[in-house]
Amino acid sequence: MKILTCIKQVPASSNVDVDPETGVLIRDGKNVKMNPYDLYALETAYLLKARSGAHVHTVTMGPPSAADVLREALMMGSDGATLLSDPRFAGADVLATAYALSQMLRRIGFDLIICGKQTTDGDTAQVGPEIAEFLDVPHVSYVRDVDLRDDKTLRIRTVDDRHEDVLDIKLPCLITVDKDANTPRLPSFKRKRSTRDIRIETWTLDDLSDKEATHYGLRGSPTQVESIFPPERQATGRIHSNLENPGKTLFDILVEQKWLRGD
Amino acid sequence: MTFSTVNRDDLKAFIEWFGGNNVLTGDTIDEEYAHDELKTVHRRPDALLKATDEAAIRRLLAYANERGIPVTVRGSGTGLVGACVPVEGGVVLDMTPMNKILDLDKDNLTLDVEPGVLLLDIAEHVEKEGLFYAPDPGEKTATIGGNIATNAGGMRAVKYGVTRDWVLGLRVVLADGTAMDLGGKVVKNSSGYSLKDLIVGSEGTLAVIVKATLKLIPAPAKAISLLMPFSSREAALVAAPKLIAHTTLPTAVEFMEQDMWKYSESFLGKNIPHDEHAAYLLATYDATTEGAVDEIVECASAFAVDKLDAHDVYLIDTDDRKQSVWNARGAFLEAVKASTTEIDECDVVLPRSQLPGYLSFIQDLSESTDLRIPYFGHVGDGNLHIYLCRDDLDEATWKEKTAIAFDAMYEEAAKCQGLVSGEHGIGYAKKTYLRRHSDARQLELMEAVKTAFDPKGILNPKKIL
Repeated sequence: MKILTCIKQVPASSNVDVDPETGVLIRDGKNVKMNPYDLYALETAYLLKARSGAHVHTVTMGPPSAADVLREALMMGSDGATLLSDPRFAGADVLATAYALSQMLRRIGFDLIICGKQTTDGDTAQVGPEIAEFLDVPHVSYVRDVDLRDDKTLRIRTVDDRHEDVLDIKLPCLITVDKDANTPRLPSFKRKRSTRDIRIETWTLDDLSDKEATHYGLRGSPTQVESIFPPERQATGRIHSNLENPGKTLFDILVEQKWLRGD
Repeated sequence: MTFSTVNRDDLKAFIEWFGGNNVLTGDTIDEEYAHDELKTVHRRPDALLKATDEAAIRRLLAYANERGIPVTVRGSGTGLVGACVPVEGGVVLDMTPMNKILDLDKDNLTLDVEPGVLLLDIAEHVEKEGLFYAPDPGEKTATIGGNIATNAGGMRAVKYGVTRDWVLGLRVVLADGTAMDLGGKVVKNSSGYSLKDLIVGSEGTLAVIVKATLKLIPAPAKAISLLMPFSSREAALVAAPKLIAHTTLPTAVEFMEQDMWKYSESFLGKNIPHDEHAAYLLATYDATTEGAVDEIVECASAFAVDKLDAHDVYLIDTDDRKQSVWNARGAFLEAVKASTTEIDECDVVLPRSQLPGYLSFIQDLSESTDLRIPYFGHVGDGNLHIYLCRDDLDEATWKEKTAIAFDAMYEEAAKCQGLVSGEHGIGYAKKTYLRRHSDARQLELMEAVKTAFDPKGILNPKKIL
């Protein structure tokens, strides 16, 4: 069985820079980490690998520095990795991203594609299901458990706010894995050594079968960002109750915050 | 020594100095003030005073000294040896209201704080300025005053030392109400006996700390932890000193066996990765540049796998990963407490090389006394945390078995050139063992120091000695 896992490098903190003209996140490879949801997707793949001997290949789309998260996946348990990177993909929205990835995944070939439920930068949870639609394979989101029922069928448990489903799904298919589905393993030093010689190939638009540049990146994205701004911070309130002298307390607070002079 | 109990006139005076809201008596005193976190020592104070300012504390001490009223200083009450319990009654002086961060001096790299400031607030305050207060005791809601009074240690002691190494100056009020400054914003000091260092670790028996000047350093750029599984306890413990001696000093080296992870996992309801091994070292490295940390980690990992027989080395490099492993590590005490009906603890400190033999002894002791004795350790600094679990024992059997076990543990520690407490202090609970395992002349000197500072013995009586 061939499992493909899709992962993404995301900002490690919420203080990010945005290009003021395009409204697109500036990704410079600094202060970044693997999308936390992807850790659960990878662990799901490695658990299946342990049971079935599957081959796990991991892909990402991003700037050249995104190869770091692929190296990390190799340290955790992936057998191979490919980076999709081309300036012509820059500024892709969810649809253009899913389209580019689907082109790549089709060419690599798969029985099962596993994605994290969502990323912590975009938060849309759409790329996984959209890839499946482009590839015309069935897909299930919010996955918690996966097992092989036979060599053509997966048994899957999904959980959302209201209910839990147990489903059988035919391969090839795509699943997106929810947070806390398992305990993701840590990157291993021994694997770092043993995978050191694995070459991470970089693919560009020229490696995909649809080579029409306007189908990708900002130009291939129906989403147009009009403006982008940080959400207003809620001022934090203080509640004072059972006060002997509420007027005095208020006066003291105003003095303390220098709205009034205390003298 | 007989002490006076707090009477109506005393209360009137306290109210005048501290204000009516800050003086409590009888049932208005929360039960919490009668014990510490471990609850093995119990006594209610006659009066609870909420500290407001130095002037009130000076008047209180001058008065209590005159009247012979015991004064026991208390921080957050997170101690484990009964040090903050007023075993002779009298006044408990709660320092938590004095919780202002007074001054961050960026030229001298110092932080002036009142004693009631919490450890977590210090970390937050200095880290946003790119600075670092290195001592890192597990209990982040402890006050800095309490930390200084016990000379708290914590996880980063291997590289950065303990609280004493980070206290440059103290302002204290003596038993007779005199206030004075000891040490100061100076890096060096060879000006006579270091009274400041005597106050650090004196558990409220010599003076009341009303202000502290802490040392700061520029914050490390990054810290990375490494989880190293081993096939046995011995393999992990033999590896620890070698790892520490290898090229770069780690900030922390923690040791745990699989059972401790399991306690934590069931307490937190969350698994840690790679929990299937017999024993572990958890080491942390930091440096002033990210590249330097990566290099150190690479070098330490190769050494652990190639030379120390570590099964593998797992990288804990992101906040999520740090949380999953360190939260579980941080929950050990609570997890052991939750696994049983009552615990008692021992925090002996030994030369690192003695740890394998000592822990084999603990295993044997657990079998011979038929007591469950989980433990873990800051192996980097030789400080062990050993817990006796009561489980379903009746009161009499529990008392009997703990006495046997403690006697044996401290006896064996002494044989291994160890000391009674690494970081929890002596307080009330460990007095017997300090006395038993200290040289008589040394005890005399300690007693003389106590008398010099507090001739009438009103400050935290019956503690340490």
